[in-house]
Amino acid sequence: MQGLAIKIEHLSFHYKDQTQLFSDLNLSIDKGERFGLFGPNGAGKTTLMSLMTGLISFTEGNIQLLDHSIKTKNKQVNKLFGFVPQDFSFYEELTPLENLEFFGAWSDLNKQEIIKRSTELFEILNLTSVKNKQVRKFSGGMKRKVNLAIGVIHQPQLLFLDEPTVGVDVQTRQEIINYLEKLNETGTTLIYTSHQLNEAEELCNKIALIDEGKIIAFDTLDNLLVKYNKENLEALFVDLTGKTYKDQ
Amino acid sequence: MKLFATILKDVRILLRDKMGLILMFAMPVLLVIIVTDIQSSTFDVVGKNKIDLLICNKDTGTLSKELIHALDTAGMFNLSVIQQNANDKQLADEMHAKDIIAGIIINSSFSKQIAAKAKATASKALSSFGLEGDTASLDQRTAYFDLYYNPVIQQSLKFSIKGALTSAVQIVQSKETLKDLYFSINGKPLPDSLQQQLLENNTSIKEIPLSSNNENVILNVTQHNVPAWTIFAMFFVIMSLAGSIVREKLSGSFIRLKTLPTNYFIALLSKQVTYLKVTFLQAILIFAIGIFIFPMMGLPALHLPHNIFALIIVTLVCGWCAVSYAMCVGVFAHTLEQANAFGAVSVVILSIIGGLMIPSFIMPDSFRSLMMLSPLHWCLQAYYGLFLEGGGLKDVGTNILSLLLITVLLQAIALLELKRKKLI
Repeated sequence: MQGLAIKIEHLSFHYKDQTQLFSDLNLSIDKGERFGLFGPNGAGKTTLMSLMTGLISFTEGNIQLLDHSIKTKNKQVNKLFGFVPQDFSFYEELTPLENLEFFGAWSDLNKQEIIKRSTELFEILNLTSVKNKQVRKFSGGMKRKVNLAIGVIHQPQLLFLDEPTVGVDVQTRQEIINYLEKLNETGTTLIYTSHQLNEAEELCNKIALIDEGKIIAFDTLDNLLVKYNKENLEALFVDLTGKTYKDQ
Repeated sequence: MKLFATILKDVRILLRDKMGLILMFAMPVLLVIIVTDIQSSTFDVVGKNKIDLLICNKDTGTLSKELIHALDTAGMFNLSVIQQNANDKQLADEMHAKDIIAGIIINSSFSKQIAAKAKATASKALSSFGLEGDTASLDQRTAYFDLYYNPVIQQSLKFSIKGALTSAVQIVQSKETLKDLYFSINGKPLPDSLQQQLLENNTSIKEIPLSSNNENVILNVTQHNVPAWTIFAMFFVIMSLAGSIVREKLSGSFIRLKTLPTNYFIALLSKQVTYLKVTFLQAILIFAIGIFIFPMMGLPALHLPHNIFALIIVTLVCGWCAVSYAMCVGVFAHTLEQANAFGAVSVVILSIIGGLMIPSFIMPDSFRSLMMLSPLHWCLQAYYGLFLEGGGLKDVGTNILSLLLITVLLQAIALLELKRKKLI
């Protein structure tokens, strides 16, 4: 698979009445990658993800998703990617099926496509038996799976995942990771952020470490471990970002 | 497809929100039943039922007895007479004990005073005819009687009681004056038959309520209350709709909606369609209660206007205005608490200045201009035009236009704010 999934050029951004968070940031992510974005709290991971998904607008620089500028063709680009936010982003009063019907329609799918994709996803994520029960009665793990199903219903070429497995048990986490790997094999580029570094080692083939709005490391995991002579991602993370708390 | 899916989502969420449904349907129904029942009893006190009047007659003359007779035959009072030597405190105690709202103590000089005044009036009349009459002196220093009343009674009711008392005194005094005149001229007492004929009250007033279609219209507490509280219920959807918009804005689902290839305008359109249906259902429910349940409770039944098409149009326009107001509040509110508190208080204030809770004709002039700003005022006028005046669409055209103007303004404000927040 050739070409760039994401190209960020000379991006500068700051929140209103706050100091500059990103200054002349550049980043390129290839299509088909399983890209992990890591950093301490307050480093700018969520802000960068919000900028890439168009949730926050920016004035300086450019972001291209699959060759479309996010500034100018926002709604067109929105068809190409999926987003799985950290918060449960669905209607808890509805059932998984009703949620997928609604979000599927908003993702430009027709009724037949929604039915087909819902059935597939419920099978893959083991939600078939509960598809008609209100989500509010679900466990955290089941809610995570519904959250993921909604993000991928329209088979996006690019999938943003913000802490997709936080608060779930080992079995559910493995189930989600397995699904994401399969999804990537079919050509979906994954942009993933998490504090679960062991999980990231398992899933990601390219990594960026970000701290105070700057990318301090960017390469494959193996190359980074060799370059910094570290055993694992956690050791590398502590070495590069320090041991002091960053979210004070 | 998107709009249909969004409406379906909103309806499903609404149907599962039991508290919201109670607020939008059960509460207004209870409100309309309770208020109409209470007001019906109040109207009965003023209109249909007689007012209890306690009398202490300290006068031993015949004219005070004639006064009591005149009050009795006036048909407005249920009279109770207490012992002659009772004082004002005993009268007050008796009023409290028997829950009587008005009482009078007829002064001991009542007959003398009336007789003197009648004599003086008769003499004046004779003089003006060129005849000679007695020149009796007139002592008007003492009141004929003292009126005691419960301070909770409305000013209008007090005026009615005073009017009826004055009228009864006039009758006694006129009779006495006539007797004096007749005796002075003819030297013999006025015959009873002539007295009856002269004093007979032939005043007849035909009551004609204003009607746009020259048909008989029904005026009762139900016709007044049901439209008013239907409007209140419609605007009370703010508690659910504004909350729903704020909840959606605050929830994670809103973040996802912003990343999807659909404009949030669809979500707002869906909410408007969904809640417009809610306001229409509210109106049907409350009207049905007025038609079928009120008679079972002994209340007057609601009579729908003859022009049902106009009623449907007015109901839809009122509903759309209510929904637009709720949407506007929801768009501006940052928290659920803000939306609920502002929503509830503002609807109550708008209904007060709109004339739903206090009749507009008793409002001070300054409030009357403020009233024009309340959408509930225009809703009420439109409904009254149909329910009370028997009008059609043409007759309530001004009200409908005003409501549409307010609705468009509210929609524009909400959309501009969404645009400012980059949500559409």
